[in-house]
Amino acid sequence: MQTQLRTSRRDFLKIAGTTAGGLVIGFNWFSCDSPKMEVLSTEQILAQAKSFNSFLSISPTGDVVIFSPNPELGQNIKTSFPMVVAEELEADWEKVRVVQANLDPEKYERQLTGGSGAMPHSWERLRKAGATAKFVLVAAAAQTWKVPASELTVSKGMISHEGSGKKGHFGEFVAVATTLTAPEEVVLKDKKDFTIIGTPVKNVDAKSMYTGQGMYGLDFYREGMKYAMIQRAPFGMKLVSVDDAAARAVAGVSDVVSFGSNVAVVGTSTWPLMKAKKLLKISYEPETEVESSSDHDKLFADLLAKGSAEVKRKDGNVNLAFKNAAKIITAEYQCPFVAHSPMEPENFFAHVQGDKVELVGPTQTPDRARQETAALLGIPPENVSVEITRLGGGFGRRLRADYVIEAVEVSRAIQAPVKVTWSREDELTGGAYRPAVRYRFEAALDDKGTLTGYKLRGVGMNAGNTTRENNFPSGAVDHVLIETIEHASSITTNAWRAPITNFLAYAEQSFLDEVALAAGKDPVDFRLELLQRAKTNPVGEVDYDVDRMLGVVNMAKEKSNWGKNPSIKQGFSVYFSHRSYVAQVADIEVQGGKPTLKKITAVTDCGLVVNPTGANHQVRGGIVDGMGHAMYTNLTFEAGVPKQKNFDTYRLIRLKEVPEIDTHFVDSGFDPTGLGEPALPPTGGAIANAIFAATGRRLRSQPFIEQKEFSDIQLQIKRT
Amino acid sequence: MASFTLSINGTTRTVEVEDDTPLLWVLRDHLGLVGTKFSCGIAQCGACTVHVNGNATFSCMTPISSVGNAEVVTIEGLSEAGDHPVQKAWEQVDVAQCGYCQAGQIMTAAAFLNQNPSPSMEEIDNAMNRNICRCGTYHKIREAVSLASKSS
Repeated sequence: MQTQLRTSRRDFLKIAGTTAGGLVIGFNWFSCDSPKMEVLSTEQILAQAKSFNSFLSISPTGDVVIFSPNPELGQNIKTSFPMVVAEELEADWEKVRVVQANLDPEKYERQLTGGSGAMPHSWERLRKAGATAKFVLVAAAAQTWKVPASELTVSKGMISHEGSGKKGHFGEFVAVATTLTAPEEVVLKDKKDFTIIGTPVKNVDAKSMYTGQGMYGLDFYREGMKYAMIQRAPFGMKLVSVDDAAARAVAGVSDVVSFGSNVAVVGTSTWPLMKAKKLLKISYEPETEVESSSDHDKLFADLLAKGSAEVKRKDGNVNLAFKNAAKIITAEYQCPFVAHSPMEPENFFAHVQGDKVELVGPTQTPDRARQETAALLGIPPENVSVEITRLGGGFGRRLRADYVIEAVEVSRAIQAPVKVTWSREDELTGGAYRPAVRYRFEAALDDKGTLTGYKLRGVGMNAGNTTRENNFPSGAVDHVLIETIEHASSITTNAWRAPITNFLAYAEQSFLDEVALAAGKDPVDFRLELLQRAKTNPVGEVDYDVDRMLGVVNMAKEKSNWGKNPSIKQGFSVYFSHRSYVAQVADIEVQGGKPTLKKITAVTDCGLVVNPTGANHQVRGGIVDGMGHAMYTNLTFEAGVPKQKNFDTYRLIRLKEVPEIDTHFVDSGFDPTGLGEPALPPTGGAIANAIFAATGRRLRSQPFIEQKEFSDIQLQIKRT
Repeated sequence: MASFTLSINGTTRTVEVEDDTPLLWVLRDHLGLVGTKFSCGIAQCGACTVHVNGNATFSCMTPISSVGNAEVVTIEGLSEAGDHPVQKAWEQVDVAQCGYCQAGQIMTAAAFLNQNPSPSMEEIDNAMNRNICRCGTYHKIREAVSLASKSS
């Protein structure tokens, strides 16, 4: 299948008008056939390269530089984006260099990392970028050799003409190619001819990471810059006064400045600031409600019982379904606040100079950093430059620009370039958490065990819509009522990897397990029955593709040997999020009354897999993340301050707590649909359902290790 | 302020800092060796791991006054060309996601394998359990340490 695509004017201006760099036309560094190849630095290549479009430049040496515009936080986009460009260009991957592009809204659309959306958004754009450049290179070779372009073939950066035996690398045609006009339509490769996409290409930053080259925001240094750390107010409180005498007396502290309720200590290196921050004597007073976790428990109960709810979905007559039910099942599930805790704490460099600002650091949303900076200072956004460093994790925390704005505030106050660094304590107490949520589920079964009524009511702390009302099992049930209730908390919240679904999926998939057992049905058969209903006679609109969900359920049933081994107790879970589908099965073996979690089988439909290594990483990483937070992690509050302030009490999953993970991918024929988040949501449910199957204990709150029902279950975890 | 003369990656370096300054911040802020990472600051995550006389050490909780003339090796000095067997194994297995913790993981693994060149998987797990990876690359870490142990 070949695809014809119109080229967007924004992405592909006339090439002749957009070349950059000091090219010496006709100058060759080496012949491609020469055995001795000089290895040039990326800067050397770029100095003589010509720009073909926003994504790639090619030098007369035949070296290709591919710009990756989206922030890299471990989702491997800096490797997979260039793979797609190089595929259509027919480049030699060995001659491709990858450069992180800085923020440039003129050149790039959606230059952000979030929502598992980069590859789905850019897939066609990247392919066109490569294909367009290939087209003009071929046209240039045809013109040079005076042969028809249709007689030329391209492979690994070489253009060949079989009839005349002529052969040359891309670099030889760059000068001519960049005088040609790019076509508006290009022919893309047939997917079966892919030679780079679908192969395990290694991380392009591997060497830099494993030799300790400073590439993260926290590593950034500018001659003459100051360092700063900030004390923030408890949630719901505001600053009244500061006694900074003791902090200022610490050697290496040059200044203490306040803005809003924040107090920043400034100095010439980090350690004195850590000491000085502890010596600040700050008094606060309540500004709004100052909340503790005990308040949340009461709020959840009150709001679930009588809070006015926003109706998100209503099908049929749910009251009648429950009135006529043969059996009604009701359960409540709850999740705590958790922090994002990327290994690299928040930090940013800012230099405010008059009406211009330079920003450098780790951000998932460079344009938001730019816009909020411009708004704060009342300057045009184009006066703010943003250099994107590699991110030491993100998980949604760096979608916010609060820590960028802090750096701007400090730089403005001290009139100097500054890097603001958060400590781990700052990261865990500084806000923007995954919200705490409680759900009440109710299910009505008729006398055949068919699910006829389904009610879900969620209460969230600054969670927005706590439901995904058009997700499964909506579409498969005649009578549905889905409602959400918001509590405006003084504790700040933010998107957290797979927002809402990271917990809703666990609650819903556990509850469906309860309903299946109440109906006397196998949990997988019960889901298949519901999906068949949604396929043949759907109720209302749904967001998910029933066939793709059926695909992962059926393959997971097969790959996990579902129900085949009586000594293995299994838990099933399946979820659709961010355009992709993941089914998971957790296996627990019970020997001598002791349960051992042995394996999680994961079946994913994320469309076409661009890089199998990266895809496996995202699935395993998502499962480890989902398991860790379901099992171990909790953030509780006392008078607006988290009790867990560092990794000694805020427990993250470790190597010995991870079982075998067996990954499979469905070849559904779809283009890539995203994978940074979708593997996380199903995990908690698969494990909780397996624990129930093995022990009869139903875990309705996270983290599991803090639940009464789990206290005497000594779950072992086996690694292979 | 006091003057400290240190042996870092085989060279002698002198810094003027307060004697309670952790080795981590001396490396990062005073010597420009930013490969050693800050993450928790309380010896819980291992991102700051360096070798002190060959032992994997949390540099965030090592006051500079305690270092004396001990040999300190950081990720920058683990090998000249980035080809230490552990670094090569990390590349071959393609371990990293965000990569931030990996220098510490590599330093923990290198010190461990130096002391125990042919470990069992159980011993590898016990050695590597002190380092947190928030991205969850634990399967690949185990695989890479195992690979390095066979090839070293």
